[in-house]
Amino acid sequence: MTTVQGYNFAYLDEQTKRMIRRAILKAVAIPGYQVPFGSREMPLPYGWGTGGIQVTAAVIGPDDRLKVIDQGADDTTNAVSIRRFFARTAGVATTERTAEATVIQTRHRIPETPLREGQILVYQVPIPEPLRWLEPRETETRKMHALADYGAMHVKLYEDIARFGRIATTYDYPVLVNGRYLMRPSPIPKFDNPKMHMNPALQLFGAGREKRIYAVPPYTDVKSLDFEDHPFEVQTWDQACALCGSSDSFLDEVVTDDKGGRMYVCSDTDHCADRQQRREAAE
Amino acid sequence: MYVAVKGGEKAIDNAHRLMAEERRGDPATPNLGLDQIMGQLGLAVDRVMTEGSIHDRELAALAIKQAQGDLVEAIFLLRAYRTTLLRFGSSEPLDTAAMAIRRRISAAFKDLPGGQVLGPTYDYTHRLLDFALAEGNQPEPAVSASEPLEPDMPRVADVLGHEGLIERNPPAAEDPPGDLTRQPLTLPAGRDLRLQNLARGDEGFLLALAYSGQRGYGNTHPFAGEIRMGDVAVEFVPEELGFAIEIGEITVTECQMINQFKGSKDMPPQFTRGYGLTFGKGERKAMAMALVDRSLRAGELGEDADNPAQDEEFVLAHSDNVEASGFVQHLKLPHYVDFQSELELIRRLRAVHSIPESAE
Repeated sequence: MTTVQGYNFAYLDEQTKRMIRRAILKAVAIPGYQVPFGSREMPLPYGWGTGGIQVTAAVIGPDDRLKVIDQGADDTTNAVSIRRFFARTAGVATTERTAEATVIQTRHRIPETPLREGQILVYQVPIPEPLRWLEPRETETRKMHALADYGAMHVKLYEDIARFGRIATTYDYPVLVNGRYLMRPSPIPKFDNPKMHMNPALQLFGAGREKRIYAVPPYTDVKSLDFEDHPFEVQTWDQACALCGSSDSFLDEVVTDDKGGRMYVCSDTDHCADRQQRREAAE
Repeated sequence: MYVAVKGGEKAIDNAHRLMAEERRGDPATPNLGLDQIMGQLGLAVDRVMTEGSIHDRELAALAIKQAQGDLVEAIFLLRAYRTTLLRFGSSEPLDTAAMAIRRRISAAFKDLPGGQVLGPTYDYTHRLLDFALAEGNQPEPAVSASEPLEPDMPRVADVLGHEGLIERNPPAAEDPPGDLTRQPLTLPAGRDLRLQNLARGDEGFLLALAYSGQRGYGNTHPFAGEIRMGDVAVEFVPEELGFAIEIGEITVTECQMINQFKGSKDMPPQFTRGYGLTFGKGERKAMAMALVDRSLRAGELGEDADNPAQDEEFVLAHSDNVEASGFVQHLKLPHYVDFQSELELIRRLRAVHSIPESAE
């Protein structure tokens, strides 16, 4: 495979990769804990996946097969850009098939196809701190984590119920990992939260601008915060996917005209294409 | 029939080609050379080197050309290149007292050893558009002074230091200074990391913060003790030699702000320091940096720290324009999934809320 001249495999130098791997190992050892790391300035902008890219660069090898999704889709522009970045700098094979990928870098979704042991899911994280909207100071939130002082988050969720009759957080819904650390799952819809629980794959989270890495090791307990009388629930749709007929996947609303016309299609393009193919094969 | 959007890859390639074409402009006009940027847009080069954290005029000029003159984008290009470079070690501290002075002014003393040296400056120019410049006229040659500058140009802060009126600089730390580009920032940050952060920080952000301090949001009562610009030697101790050798000369601008301090229970009343340093000619940035540096020392000096410019975490976390630019602009990326989730919630909330119909 040809790669870009003058750069190391997967762009980062080996010392930097080693530093990131150490941070990853620590993150795996303390599930949900945000490990500070010497995040590098990448040739892509902060906020556009620099954390995920650094994690992927640190774990990927020449034999890996990479899938990159944004909003569940392989063909969104930023997913295309990141996939090409690794195709250029690492020359690794890429795929759009969830089942065939060994490393999947994602922004805002967990694939619908269940992951298996040996796969690594790398999340791009904009703001790693789950308490950030409640307490802007890092010096304070680190203390709150050290003391497992998460009352403020429960109060916030309770206030939602008092005002709206329900918890009004729909994405980036806070979870408790391994019964200890409160964690931000990155802006995935809460629809995806249950997939994190006891997942056989390794889940790694990279926040480049904020210089944090955290992890959910395989088969780890991940609980979405809730109350006994207001149990956690996920989004549902009255419609099925207009393309593949799926009724149990996350649907994107597509505006078809300016007269209120709407249709719903799967956000996970691989899942949708797979179902369409199978349906055609059956016919 | 709806078909999912495809072809992102092709669109990206074409968008970049279009941009390259626009960058070139009218092909009938001469292509802009890096020597022209280095020579005629020197202050832009200086800013890009300072905030890009790398002293290389040619690379900075290339970044400016590549970014079509968008300096924040140019800084980003230079930073992304910088991360790939090997670290050989740290230079010896620059001795700015031994600077070959090209400009040196003090607003605190009318005259002082070495005198005031105005040097090349826009100060006191009348900001009238110079239409002769548009014609491409050659400038009048500047007249050289009849005598050379005095070789001894002590720093104003050192002059005050002899009388004990200004706080002493703390002795140099044993440990090498920290490096934000290698280690994540932890708070509270030492002054080494703080100054590194401010030196790399966005000029506009620091300027606004410094200004806010002057307007009463944490008054620092500053005097421009000294601003000096000129050339200093960069020395490096190679391990195999064991002594310092000069590896080059760079132009820097240094600003020492002198600030009132009424004293605390541990310290008598005295002047305190704020420090600013940039590559090349960067007077506005150096002054703003010095003001913000002093503002951020509020906690250490036992002053109230209620204002943004005094808040270390606030300032250090938001000063970097590469970080800020990336995160603000990431809102351009698709957020379909989150937006869909919010749509669903808002529809549900409205359904139970039975909002009265707006008057027809």
